[in-house]
Amino acid sequence: MVKLTINEIAVEAPPGMLLIDAAKLAGIEIPAFCYYEGMALQAACRMCLVEIEKAPKLMAACVVPVAEGMVVRTEAPAVVKARKTTLEFLLTNHPLDCPVCDKGGECELQDMVFKYGVGESRYTEEKVHVPEKQWSPVVFYDGPRCILCYRCVRVCGEGMGVGALGVVNRGINSEIAPSHGDHLECDECGACIDICPVGALTSGAYRYKTRPWEMEHTGTICTHCSNGCKTTLGVRTNEIVRGNNRDRSGINGEFLCVKGRYAFDFNHHTERLQTPLMRVNGKLEEVSWSRALQAVVEKFKAGGKAGVIGSTRISNEEAYLLQKFARTTLHTNNIDHHRSGDVVTLLDSLSGKSATLGTADDCYNAKAVLIIGADLSQQQPFLANQIRANYRHHNAAVYVATTGVVREDKIAKSSVRNTETDWLTGLHSMREKLATEPELLVLFGDAVKGEGVRNLVAFTESLGIPVKYICLVDYANSRGAMDMGLLPDLGPGYHAAEGTPGLTLPEMMAATDMDLLWVVGANPLKRHKFASEKAFVVVHDMFLTETAQRADVVLPAASAYEKNGTVTNVCGQVQRLKKAVETVGSKTDLTIIGLIARAMGVNLGKVDADAVFAEIQKTVRGYNVPLPVIVTGGAAQTMPVNGRVPSTVLPELIQSSRDTLFTTGSLTKYSKILNDVMEAPGGLYR
Amino acid sequence: MTFSPGLEARFADLLTHYPEGRHRGALIPMLMYAQDEVGAVTPDLMAELAARLGISVLQVDEVVGYYSMLHKKPQGKYHVQICTNVACMLLGGAELYEQACTRLGVGHKQTQASGRFSLEEVECIGACSWAPAIQVNYDFHHDVTPAKLDEILEGLQ
Amino acid sequence: MKLYNAPSPLETKVVSKRFGMENSWKLDTYLATGGFEGFKKAMAMSCDEVINEVKSSSLRGRGGAGFPTGMKWGFVPRNTDAPKYVVVNADESEPGTCKDRLLMEHDPYLLIEGILIAAKAVGASKGWIYIRGEYRYLVDHIDAVLKEAYQRGYMGKNIAGTGFDFDLYTQIGAGAYECGEESALLESLEGKRGVPRIRPPFPAVSGAFQAPTVLNNVETFCAVPDILRNGGKWFADLGTPKNGGTRMVCLAGHVNKPGVYEVPLGMNMMYFINEIGGGMRGGKKMKALIPGGSSCPLLRADECDIAMDYDSMAKAGTMLGSGGMMVMDEDTDMVKVALRIMRFYKHESCGWCIPCREGTTWLQKMLARIVDGNGATRDIDLIGDLAKNMLGRTFCPLGDAAAMPTISIVEKFRPEFEAYVAKNPFASSELVQVA
Repeated sequence: MVKLTINEIAVEAPPGMLLIDAAKLAGIEIPAFCYYEGMALQAACRMCLVEIEKAPKLMAACVVPVAEGMVVRTEAPAVVKARKTTLEFLLTNHPLDCPVCDKGGECELQDMVFKYGVGESRYTEEKVHVPEKQWSPVVFYDGPRCILCYRCVRVCGEGMGVGALGVVNRGINSEIAPSHGDHLECDECGACIDICPVGALTSGAYRYKTRPWEMEHTGTICTHCSNGCKTTLGVRTNEIVRGNNRDRSGINGEFLCVKGRYAFDFNHHTERLQTPLMRVNGKLEEVSWSRALQAVVEKFKAGGKAGVIGSTRISNEEAYLLQKFARTTLHTNNIDHHRSGDVVTLLDSLSGKSATLGTADDCYNAKAVLIIGADLSQQQPFLANQIRANYRHHNAAVYVATTGVVREDKIAKSSVRNTETDWLTGLHSMREKLATEPELLVLFGDAVKGEGVRNLVAFTESLGIPVKYICLVDYANSRGAMDMGLLPDLGPGYHAAEGTPGLTLPEMMAATDMDLLWVVGANPLKRHKFASEKAFVVVHDMFLTETAQRADVVLPAASAYEKNGTVTNVCGQVQRLKKAVETVGSKTDLTIIGLIARAMGVNLGKVDADAVFAEIQKTVRGYNVPLPVIVTGGAAQTMPVNGRVPSTVLPELIQSSRDTLFTTGSLTKYSKILNDVMEAPGGLYR
Repeated sequence: MTFSPGLEARFADLLTHYPEGRHRGALIPMLMYAQDEVGAVTPDLMAELAARLGISVLQVDEVVGYYSMLHKKPQGKYHVQICTNVACMLLGGAELYEQACTRLGVGHKQTQASGRFSLEEVECIGACSWAPAIQVNYDFHHDVTPAKLDEILEGLQ
Repeated sequence: MKLYNAPSPLETKVVSKRFGMENSWKLDTYLATGGFEGFKKAMAMSCDEVINEVKSSSLRGRGGAGFPTGMKWGFVPRNTDAPKYVVVNADESEPGTCKDRLLMEHDPYLLIEGILIAAKAVGASKGWIYIRGEYRYLVDHIDAVLKEAYQRGYMGKNIAGTGFDFDLYTQIGAGAYECGEESALLESLEGKRGVPRIRPPFPAVSGAFQAPTVLNNVETFCAVPDILRNGGKWFADLGTPKNGGTRMVCLAGHVNKPGVYEVPLGMNMMYFINEIGGGMRGGKKMKALIPGGSSCPLLRADECDIAMDYDSMAKAGTMLGSGGMMVMDEDTDMVKVALRIMRFYKHESCGWCIPCREGTTWLQKMLARIVDGNGATRDIDLIGDLAKNMLGRTFCPLGDAAAMPTISIVEKFRPEFEAYVAKNPFASSELVQVA
């Protein structure tokens, strides 16, 4: 450790640490705009100038590493004056339109001027004015507000690997410019907007909607892909107006893709169902909750051949309760959901082996990463971001085996192209290189399933190095749906279900003799034809989907942003869903199941999210995770199953939707933002 | 986009000047030489060089806007550059510039409608000991007097 | 090639000794006048011996900063197989400076030989001469010279039969003063915006294409062949202690014989102006001068009776800089000079850092306002205050370069500012100080 003195305080810091970070360790703030942890150094804003003994002039703390015996003063009169004058320079051309600026109230420039600046301006010349520009449906740029800290350029280039922002012109005319002259073609992730310390970059979704202090903020888990990013929803008058994660509270830090940041808008879509619907004389009509539930209960009590299809977006608690109710009350194993990755075979293949499941942290820390059959930056944006950061910060070795060009190729040590089915040949061609790595994290998509998973495990085991695996799946709780036992042959925790295995989803669809089909938050009719004309179909959903249109009773369901509970991400990390907005007319699936149970006189125990999770902790293998971690908004890694999984799963059932950055399954249709940005082909930035 | 054989040869030679994988170094020379042939740094030219060097058009644009000799708009056949920096100013550079404005009927960074002359008030061109100095295209003229300026411009009509 | 000004018998010609010779830029002329003797001598020496010879010459960088050349070469790491490069800063853009142009025009082989000696000293294999875009004719000229050098075995493989290999190219700039700053030049060489790099690492460790690089001004390289040929001591003895050799001074402004002259370091400045420069034009009195390019603090006429060497200039509160000396007579409007200087720096600021980008713009607007007759008393104080607020706080020396002359003009010629302000009936208001 290096010993130095900052403001007369003795500080110890690891060698190579930058002074600005070492000061932070000691609780001393050195203000800065351009310095941003994890990104390239700029030394451009000059706010972090400090006095270092023996140095001929003030030094930028963001580029000076600590040195033994260094004596630093961050509040020396010269430093204080330098800050004041730098802010004075900065404000000369800044428009000071704070009262109408979106950033007002959470603007770093405001804060800095408040804390370090002078109260009066000596600038009496004309300010440089340039009109505001719109670069995409979600990105607006107001040049005069821009302080040229280059954070946006770096987060787009280094962080996202897109490089859609640059600096054009020179001197006072320098400004940030988008990739295509007057507009952006990019991931539309909005990271540039969030990272902007001032109101230069503003969001098309949020601008002029509210002042920051008028919002309530709720950190919950994004409902779109399986990565499990924390999105902090800003809510004003029961409407979500913003999503971001500036407090870095989740596994994702401040990373969010376009969906996590903007695609909450489905929640307030005009087509959201607010009243139960019941088929009366062949037509769906609005009815009261009690009448709808009564109809459902009658059919449920009547018995017959029943099938239950759960969702990959409902909470663990809902999935757990759904299968419990189906198995114990409807007495059926005809339970399934849309499966997008072969987690089951992976768990079985790892039985008795030392290899384990990888986490989002592993994506950032593993010395080597192998990506098979997935366009990661399009389909698993956060994991892709972790891998890019791993490459940037740790120089990780990245290997890619995909059917087409992917963004990860740019950072890959080795890339091979393969066919959809034969990816193993490609792996063999990289074998020698892979075997020299100290460890390996493998991420694989739905191309690898069934026997393929076993072959993959055999291949990687034969490398003789420690290996971890992430089996990629589609949606926010795709993994939880499996863990909770929404499967015909396996119950919660991958225990064999009691009795004979039930029908799979395609089998239920194809069966002509189903009497009852209960679909909770899924839309199987989008892909399948439902053969049983006589079946009474009950659907919980937010929208009148293809499946809901076939229903006899449609129960309006709450969205993930309207409920409490937990979901499990692609890596098996359990996190808490926290209700951000109140439902309007709809109810959570948990509540609906509870109401049906009560009406049927079935005792499911206490039906609230916490109580059901307590039961999950006790009964689902791997879920006995420390509650405080989850309750405080953390991510708890579920323990991987180690032991045979008695699966009878057919690999052909596994089929990813292969959503892109701009699609999210059935919800795509209801997100205006996603439809607006879809014109911008983010795939260009492979 | 196609260039003359001479320019293509120059490009080919340029690309051998840099360490392996670092041929982006050729960007600024390529822009300068191509601008002479094409007449301006056009969007097509930017896209062509970006493709040849494996960088984005934005990366080319960042460079083009930075350097004052790279022009997105075509200049006159004779681009008259008059230095008014200190050494030239002391000996009448600013007056020469005014004279040129009047005579050519255009101002700073403007081109005559005929396309014959364009004018630019430039920073120090490195002829301070022989001030005031001007450049027409790449040709230097030293110790320029008002009469000499008239003569130079006359000769280019 | 014709000379742009007549030489003076009072010059000491080292780097300019071939100026005016017939075909001075041809290899045969060069070889007939002692060319490549220094290089051949260097080839028989070890790397350390070459560097020590240069150190003993007390040669200091001629681009402006005046860093000891031998020491700079000594920073290039040894014991590495990684490629190393030599880069020549021929971006001569400092207002007042026009000497490197002449060196490349009249004696390009001198530069080439200097480069080869530097390459030998550090084990470099490749080099670039980065020439400002305005000197396009020199790019063509040097390209032709290099073609001859390659054909005649003085460049490329086995140079002059010594077994030494080296490749040299020209690289054209595109109009940016900032590229005269060495790290910005390297960015430009890599095909990027000419924005300076964070240093350390310095170019000696990580320079062109991130390889160890020797980077010097044209004139600096040109001094090297004769240092090797005649010994470092010989060169050092031409000047004053710690200020070895001669240097090219570009005399401009209100003098009778403006021109580029080579004089020993330590020559008295007034002697230079009067005897070599022929004194003031039209019998006027001298008011002030900029001693070494527009980045230097100005000297009043009464401050100019000093020796022209790095240390004496520093003592006088200014710099020898790049050798661009601009002399101003009694009729010169110093407020306009200040404005013109600031306009230049505002135009050339790369925009990377806040104090330079915003500071030069603010100062230029304010100076323009004063010249337009709309200045106030507080503006005069504010100019000095703002310039000081830039000084030492910018990312690269451009901010200092803008601040230093401005501060000196306001301090030394304040009455001229007051005279402008006095014409404005709305001029009186006090300046608020930033504590």
